[in-house]
Amino acid sequence: MCVRIAVLAGLLLVCCAAYLSLGARGDWSFVLAFRGPKLAALLLVGFAVSWATLIFQTITENRILTPNIMGFDALYLLLLAGLVWSLGARTYQDLPAQGVMALNAGLMCGASLLLFLTLMRSSHGDLLRMILTGVTLAVLFRSLTSYVQRVIDPNEYDVVQAASFARFSNIETDLLTLAALFSIGAGTMVWRMRHRLDVLPLGPVLSTSLGESPQRAQWQVLILVSVLVSVSTALVGPVAFFGLLVTSLTYLVIPSPRHGHLLPAAALIASITLVGGQTVLERILNFSTPLSVVIEFTGGLIFLFLLLRSLR
Amino acid sequence: MIRDSRFPRTMATLLTGASLAIAGQIMQQIARNRFVEPMTSGTGQSAALGILLTAVFLPTAPIGLKMAIASLAALGGSMLFFAIIQRLPPTQPLLIPLVGLIYGGVVGAGVTYAAYQADMLQFIEIWMNGEFSGTLRGRYELLWLAGIAAALSYLVADQLSIIGLGQDVSLNLGLNYRQVVVLGLFVISVVTGLTVVTVGLIPFVGLVVPNLVSLVVGDNLRRSLPVTAMAGAGLVLAADLAGRLVIYPFEMPVGTVIGIFGAVVFLWLLNRGTRFVR
Repeated sequence: MCVRIAVLAGLLLVCCAAYLSLGARGDWSFVLAFRGPKLAALLLVGFAVSWATLIFQTITENRILTPNIMGFDALYLLLLAGLVWSLGARTYQDLPAQGVMALNAGLMCGASLLLFLTLMRSSHGDLLRMILTGVTLAVLFRSLTSYVQRVIDPNEYDVVQAASFARFSNIETDLLTLAALFSIGAGTMVWRMRHRLDVLPLGPVLSTSLGESPQRAQWQVLILVSVLVSVSTALVGPVAFFGLLVTSLTYLVIPSPRHGHLLPAAALIASITLVGGQTVLERILNFSTPLSVVIEFTGGLIFLFLLLRSLR
Repeated sequence: MIRDSRFPRTMATLLTGASLAIAGQIMQQIARNRFVEPMTSGTGQSAALGILLTAVFLPTAPIGLKMAIASLAALGGSMLFFAIIQRLPPTQPLLIPLVGLIYGGVVGAGVTYAAYQADMLQFIEIWMNGEFSGTLRGRYELLWLAGIAAALSYLVADQLSIIGLGQDVSLNLGLNYRQVVVLGLFVISVVTGLTVVTVGLIPFVGLVVPNLVSLVVGDNLRRSLPVTAMAGAGLVLAADLAGRLVIYPFEMPVGTVIGIFGAVVFLWLLNRGTRFVR
């Protein structure tokens, strides 16, 4: 396992080097100042999305659900729109961007706990009903967001509109410091939970007898997932199937139930996908296709495939 | 003003609502599943893909050709959907709408991708969220065709009811199963293609209305289809009216209004089912 993780780390280094150096002309300090923050943002997003998805899949005990499919990022955008609406664009833009993000992340924790509880209660353990409810809720959130967008005036509309599409080439780098703080905080807590996360998939009876309360762990994980989803959505917007793509690859590469192996591998694979994909698309192929579309498309197909295979 | 704008708009909402509701009902019969409808199962997205392709490759094509291509694309999209769901295990009824939603999402991503390549993102916005604000005399008449196609399905209402019992039962009762299915697919595709061409995607009408109607009137389509059509027409008309009034003097697209209303009703239907199904 450690060899595989080391190989992944090496790959990531190569990708980062390629991202920074390919096609770079002129002064290095300029290139670094320009591409450095973008690279950092891509790494942060890869980290946040992959960990959020992985621990979410651990507590829901399946490998198909992701926070994004269940409507978490649609919820984030709805909260953002609601915030802009209630504050007004003037006040909203006077607030520092970091403040907005922190406020949104706080709201997000509360709202996503509520969302998850509703889903759990309405589904009675029926996984398909839960997914379907989640997907429909995501549609509802998106419609509500577009409703709010219409109600507010055009200046406010711009603010919300800009946040509603996934974008990897044009990242809000001014949020970087706060996003980094959030992810490092949440990441440390996840990392310290890694052995407890190993226990949870054994089922409620076994994990309770091993001294691990499933309910408590679920709450903690959900709060961490909310923070991580807030970070990634604030930086690049909603990415529906990216997390699924990454965790599916991770389970393939690392056939191990131990989070001590899975977590670093997932973060590495996510970052390789983002940085490598961005490098290939932007610098080598000179492609105009946004990476987000490619990722969403593949991820959607993987989702269908997993769903169909799980019922065989 | 009444002749050029108000009357066409009213007729357009009524026709759209009625034909979408019927198309949804037919799709539910063929799929034997209460939670599917063309606009959330990839048919509408396929139609949009068809329109986009014509707009890119044949920008000068007459409206009739565009319409035909959109309907053909819708047909292809729905046939692929039915091919996929035939392979699903019948013990998992909720899987079908879920696969439909994701399938629609993937096709939608394909549309966005193609539009991005062709620099037509704004262009497709019009079709991806239906609204009636552009409806004028001379620009909505295609919807009559959709209405006629939907009305034709009343002739085979009994056969469609039987289809809902499954292929074996249908054959046993002496029905030409394939023929009726092909006819149903034809109606679905024409309605979806024409609606997307003229007003855009309107989700959930075909899902919510037949379900609510069958709660009251029952499942005999000869009796319920007219009610379904009227209820659909009423729903879209009411939603359009609401969309025009809620932020007057601006307008809310009817797709958004129904998206909210429909999603809430759908969630209710979904979770109401638990009490009876389990």
